[in-house]
Amino acid sequence: MKEYTMVVLVKQVPDTQNLTGEAMKEDGTVNRSALPAIFNPEDLNALEMALQVREEYGGTVHVITMGPPSAVEVLKEAMYRGADRVYLLSDRKFAGSDTLATSFALKQAIQTKIPDFDIVFCGRQAIDGDTAQVGPQTAEKLDVPQLTYVESIQELGEKKIKVRKLIDNGTEIVETALPVLLTVTDTANEPRPFIAKKLLKYRKAACEFDLPKILPRYPQFKTKEELKNFLKKKGLFIEMWGLEDIKANKDDVGFAGSPTMVKKIESITLTGKGFKKIEPTDEGIAHFVAELIEDHTW
Amino acid sequence: MENFFTDNKDIQLLFDNADLKEIVDLKEGDYSEASTYDYAFIDADDAKEGYREVLALIGEIAAQQIAPFAPDVDEKGSVFDTGKVSYAEGLEKDMEILRRSNLMGFTLPRQYGGLNFPTFVYTIAIEIVSQADASLMNLFGLQDIGDTICEFADEELKAKYLPLFSSGKVTGAMALTEPDAGSDLQAVQLKATLDPSDNMWYLNGVKRFITNGCGDVLLVLARSEPGTKDGRGLSMFVCEKDESLVVRRIENKLGIHGSPTCELQFNDTRAYLVGKRKMGLIRYVMSLMNGARLGIAAQALGIAQAAYLEGLDYAKAREQFGQAIIEFPLVYSMLVDSRVSIEAARLLAYETSKVVDLKKGYEHLLHNTEAPTKELREKAKHYSSLAAMLTPMAKYLSTEYANDVTYKSLQVHGGTGYMKDFNVERHCRDARITNIYEGTTQLQYVAAIGGVVTKVIEPTLDRMESDHKEAFQKPYLKELKEKRELLNKAIDFVRDKNDHEYQSYYQDRLVDMAAKLYTAHLFLRYAAFSNEKKKTMDIFFEREFPQWDKNYQSVISGKSRVIEDSSSLLDLS
Repeated sequence: MKEYTMVVLVKQVPDTQNLTGEAMKEDGTVNRSALPAIFNPEDLNALEMALQVREEYGGTVHVITMGPPSAVEVLKEAMYRGADRVYLLSDRKFAGSDTLATSFALKQAIQTKIPDFDIVFCGRQAIDGDTAQVGPQTAEKLDVPQLTYVESIQELGEKKIKVRKLIDNGTEIVETALPVLLTVTDTANEPRPFIAKKLLKYRKAACEFDLPKILPRYPQFKTKEELKNFLKKKGLFIEMWGLEDIKANKDDVGFAGSPTMVKKIESITLTGKGFKKIEPTDEGIAHFVAELIEDHTW
Repeated sequence: MENFFTDNKDIQLLFDNADLKEIVDLKEGDYSEASTYDYAFIDADDAKEGYREVLALIGEIAAQQIAPFAPDVDEKGSVFDTGKVSYAEGLEKDMEILRRSNLMGFTLPRQYGGLNFPTFVYTIAIEIVSQADASLMNLFGLQDIGDTICEFADEELKAKYLPLFSSGKVTGAMALTEPDAGSDLQAVQLKATLDPSDNMWYLNGVKRFITNGCGDVLLVLARSEPGTKDGRGLSMFVCEKDESLVVRRIENKLGIHGSPTCELQFNDTRAYLVGKRKMGLIRYVMSLMNGARLGIAAQALGIAQAAYLEGLDYAKAREQFGQAIIEFPLVYSMLVDSRVSIEAARLLAYETSKVVDLKKGYEHLLHNTEAPTKELREKAKHYSSLAAMLTPMAKYLSTEYANDVTYKSLQVHGGTGYMKDFNVERHCRDARITNIYEGTTQLQYVAAIGGVVTKVIEPTLDRMESDHKEAFQKPYLKELKEKRELLNKAIDFVRDKNDHEYQSYYQDRLVDMAAKLYTAHLFLRYAAFSNEKKKTMDIFFEREFPQWDKNYQSVISGKSRVIEDSSSLLDLS
């Protein structure tokens, strides 16, 4: 039976679902420092689906995140849940990437480092930007089929995959050839909690950025290099890829590779102005619809 | 996101300020397992951080994945149909989560797949799980069965069963109680017969009120010495569920509905002897029972915490007479009182768990040292007798308080709390078993009184008194030293009176005086780290010591109207 090489793309996001007072800055942008950084919820569903495939068929679950050094936390969480390998895609030159530049970097990473992948799993969308674009754009750039809004894998064969996906007012069963990219919804599964033994092991995992900070905790090592070798030997060193590692062109990533222009951000405060009663009759509803059309709300 | 460990400031205070080095050093030895197991610890600080992370994991699972389904588990309960017991669906799911997260082999050694965590951490974990669903604790808390096998069985049995327990592949049960042997386990009749042809034991008889008796692996107390009538004829066995072991019924209980309570019939059930013959009750059950008692203390704490939070939220939200009811002194006093009780019980239970760890650690060391020093022998003995006294104290204090706290929380809710729509009635029902099973409160007094009258606590009090060095502690220390003198006077008085009925009658008060004195010292210790703890300590002193003084007066009065008049009042003549 085939074992699958799987890649899960995950993102660290500000927790916009549990908002506190200073969630937004005055200019209407997200105040990232006031919100705890979490594993994007639907990326957890994507990871769960990959782990379940591994449990049923065997294979390897690779997890990639693109982000600042702090994003290493979501990679550790992926390991606590059972991911096999994790990688941090991080480079100053990636800063300012929009969804297009991000998907380009992700595609380069996958093609350069894990070219023999069978399935790429993404969350349907991230709770910060809510664009749902990175998954589909990555599939386009990888030139593989994309199945979006996936709820479950119905069949998985040597060369093809059949899934159930959400559509408006129902679901759809679709089949396509491998390799493939799936975007997974939060209705797909219940992500597993951490596994205690993995938590106890990988809580000490670190990437290049962390080395100066944690060196004092290892008095037996004098230099970063010694510590790094030790962590590598223990499987606790998190590999980091920069622009050159993934053979990306600097003009395709970061600000340079991002055509998105934010024209203006408006901070909208909703204020209620009284209420209006609509009679639950055909006449009442028709009247209301007419009013809405008049008002250009529709 | 809600987390029953990290959100609970009191647990954080007790955990952060617990000095665990001695315990961890005993548990981990030379830390050499770190080279074999990648999840083992490299030193005591590393261990404490690891404990913290795993507790935070349990806190998250409990709050987010277990608690929301507890009402449903309670409503559906376990089902018995044609000889088969099914757990409530939610409970099955809870167990699956705990199993997959490696949380079912908490205290077992790593060589058998466990986490090798101390009892202290396990006790906190039990409280957290019970706060989410008290009935789940009855399965999560059965890890003592694995511990008992680990402590007393031979290597073959350990290798056979312990990996199954720690991976969560099996659940267990401890089959002790019988229709005519409840509190008095010496009366156990279930028969164990050795078949010389295959050198196996065969069990015949009935067990009753067996928590999770439908489990896969059972520890059974049985009479291996025909013709004997007392505890010395009983041995401990381990057997597996098969067709010879019949679940006759499950009980329809007031609370902990998720936990199936079974009546079992053994028909020539094949079993292995655990440890030595005739040691079943006098050694192994006592050890098993003490572990379980501490577990129940933690279970009661979790229930009390859940009920207290329900009451607090309700009192803040409910408005009457134009204001939130929490503003009324008669309402907030119930809640403050509950908080103080919970904190007191938590101090005692957690401290007891540390003493249990020291006892186990030093006993283990003693067992594995060829020429043990006198000091090591004394330490093992000291912690053993201290644990034997503190464990029943922790159990009765925590479980009685839990009943009081759940009662008050329902009272705060008023009529609403009496309805099934709210959680508090469930907490009341769940709390009610805690001061009954694994020995009633009355039996806890009996278990603790020996340690109290032999003044086992003296060296500990010496140490605690000398530890309170801060200026603010001085006046409290003075009061506690006076109390210690009075307690000793009361003990001497009862001993000198040499009247069995008199001592039996007053043993609850003597034990209570000792338990409250010890708990007051613990308050004083942790008040040094927290201003809030100082406040709850003041209320504890104010609330407890007037009654304490009255108890003292009664004990040294030399008489009791109840003893004198009970016969005539209850028509016992």
